[in-house]
Amino acid sequence: MNVEKFSYDNQYPKLFALATIFWGVVALLVGVTIAIQLYVPALNLGIPYTTFGRLRPLHTNAAIFAFVGNAIFAGVYYSLQRITKARMFSDVLSKIHFWGWQLIIVAAAVTLVSGITTSKEYAELEWPIDIAIAVVWVVFGINMIGTLMKRREKHIYVAAWFYIATFVTVAVLHIGNSIELPVSFLKSYSVYAGVQDALVQWWYGHNAVAFFLTTPFLGLMYYYLPKAANRPVFSYKLSILHFWTLIFIYIWAGPHHLLYSALPNWAQSLGTVFSIMLWMPSWGGMLNGLLTLRGAWDKVRDDPVLKFFVIGVTAYGMSTFEGPMLSLKNVNALAHFTDWVPAHVHVGTLGWNGFMTFGMLYWMIPKLWRTKLYSKKLATVHFWIGTLGIVAWVIPMWWSGITQALMWKEFTEIGLLKYPNFLETVLQIVPMYIIRSIGGTLYFTGLLILVYNLFKTIKQGSFVPEEEAEAVPFDRTPEPVKYGMIHRYIESKALLFTALVFLAIIVGGLVEIIPTYLVKSNIPTIASVKPYTPLELQGRDIYIREACNSCHSQLVRPFRSEVERYGEYSKAGEYVYDHPFLWGSKRTGPDLHRVGKKYSNMWHYLHMQDPRQMSPGSIMPRYPWLLEWDMDKESIPAKISAMRTLGVPYPEGYEDQAIADLEKQANEIANDLIQNGIDADPNKDIIALIAYLQRLGTDIKNEVAEK
Amino acid sequence: MSVILILIGFSLSVAILFLVLYLWAVKSGQYEDKYTPSVRILFDDEIKEKRSDDKSSDKSTKSNKTKTKLN
Repeated sequence: MNVEKFSYDNQYPKLFALATIFWGVVALLVGVTIAIQLYVPALNLGIPYTTFGRLRPLHTNAAIFAFVGNAIFAGVYYSLQRITKARMFSDVLSKIHFWGWQLIIVAAAVTLVSGITTSKEYAELEWPIDIAIAVVWVVFGINMIGTLMKRREKHIYVAAWFYIATFVTVAVLHIGNSIELPVSFLKSYSVYAGVQDALVQWWYGHNAVAFFLTTPFLGLMYYYLPKAANRPVFSYKLSILHFWTLIFIYIWAGPHHLLYSALPNWAQSLGTVFSIMLWMPSWGGMLNGLLTLRGAWDKVRDDPVLKFFVIGVTAYGMSTFEGPMLSLKNVNALAHFTDWVPAHVHVGTLGWNGFMTFGMLYWMIPKLWRTKLYSKKLATVHFWIGTLGIVAWVIPMWWSGITQALMWKEFTEIGLLKYPNFLETVLQIVPMYIIRSIGGTLYFTGLLILVYNLFKTIKQGSFVPEEEAEAVPFDRTPEPVKYGMIHRYIESKALLFTALVFLAIIVGGLVEIIPTYLVKSNIPTIASVKPYTPLELQGRDIYIREACNSCHSQLVRPFRSEVERYGEYSKAGEYVYDHPFLWGSKRTGPDLHRVGKKYSNMWHYLHMQDPRQMSPGSIMPRYPWLLEWDMDKESIPAKISAMRTLGVPYPEGYEDQAIADLEKQANEIANDLIQNGIDADPNKDIIALIAYLQRLGTDIKNEVAEK
Repeated sequence: MSVILILIGFSLSVAILFLVLYLWAVKSGQYEDKYTPSVRILFDDEIKEKRSDDKSSDKSTKSNKTKTKLN
């Protein structure tokens, strides 16, 4: 029994913790801004870079990957060393991981506000950044698995299992969803189209929630909650069961984001069934966390850290109750596309991720700086303001979601839509938007209190980068050979070996197989559906750049209320040329799938110039720059050939003719506008966007006409 | 809908990887003791405390001692 002396690295937990706080402030500030923009559209100050469509992905990415992401890394780098009784595998990898991740965040912020986006939710970043994410993520994985391999403690504590699952699954998800064909350095098209793209996206989106926002935080819960309460987890057995059941079930529930869509019914039902099954492990985990405090509730009264954890874990329970409920088809029919969904998400992010992070920071920062928390009282004030903020955020959004959905679906006695004007249903819920933004501001204020409190804590303490420790390494002598050499070899290297080989296979093999495989399957099922013209394609990219899909869906569900309001419900075959799909997930404005030919070119022109000219009271921002910016024509040939590679049947050599076709169509639209007394220029962005909007959902009308 | 086969492939490979890890965990005796690990993580400050006796102030030594007693 020889005791080994070593030291824990506190430098990177510290840096990640500071980054968490910094990006938390940024993410929440942007969040509050866009919450107010929903009722004061002029708050974008008339500039493209601060308009809702661009700030919304900035907010979600900053919240998820910058704030929560850095919190995960801070928590993992601190706890993993202590669980394994080993220093992190490599300081160099820690360094690459930390700075790489911050660099990615900065690149994300710059590109997103510049309108450089793939449009896929929580995966908006363009391909060079995607590659950087994959590399840095693998660095994180190697660093973590390396630490596990040189651990001195034989048993791998349950928290570390959650970290492993996070690493493996997020790697696969990110790679799977990010397979795209670059057109230029900052533009690419998803190799998947339409329904296929939607399915991959929500397989990713759902599992990003599962394996980026849930499993790592469960790992943190299993470490920090017992530590803060100074008592073991309620049932360690249950934690093991919780882990294995959760990871086996989670990955199959993605299709519940696409209920009543053009996705085949059996796939939708599969998603629902697995979502309901998730109730069990989720609540097992929540109860395990809460029951850890049995007999110690008096500690919760005095300790703000535990207060944050209690509400955090409760919020986890609430949102994992709500999730499966929203996956029931009849509930989803009401809730989908409404504010109920952001409400659900924010119970998770503000309550679960936010509060667990705050609790962890209040516990860990004093430890790292060898001092006590500057003010328990301020932390308690933060706790109450934050809790109030969550309540004031979530309840109005539940309310507004249900209100609006019921208004969308209400018919008069003679069978007409009671609220045929979409805007009427929006104006009804504007007061809720106002209350929500107050809730968000309260929550943000709480975070500022944290910043002050922890700043004071850091000032009064002294940071120790190397924390001395000693431990007895476990006996590594192999058991007597029972299964032969190969088996023993695999066992000894199990973690690192399997994980890395697995990743290599996924990347190498599937990147090559998928595109060719999919291109063949993209045969249109509706003969009248034709590829976009060059001008429409350009308009579609403007639609993506301005992130119109943040607020407008392109998916009419097969309900009487929607068919009445928008037109024929959407068919899978209509989307075969949509790289990427643009179904959206929220109807802050009306659905646009059947908007083609519904309004005149002039209506669209004036509406983009100032939506309130055409719809008084509209909360849509103005897009005057679309009328001023010159259309990008040079990129068209490259885009056409990229689309052909992806299976869109443009004839060979069409690239040479594309610009001429584009100009011809642009002139037609401009002439029409000029005839209506508008001083239109065919070279501006607006013309392309109008062309795209006028094309949307019109192809199947041609089929009816042909018949 | 062929993409669903790819997704099932992705998901199954992840599931299989987890299954391998699970079997490894069970076989290598990770789960033989289903209680002590939960308590063990609570005790990682002891060495540090002993050291701090030499250099840090009386106050912190005192609080450390009471802490050790509690443990």
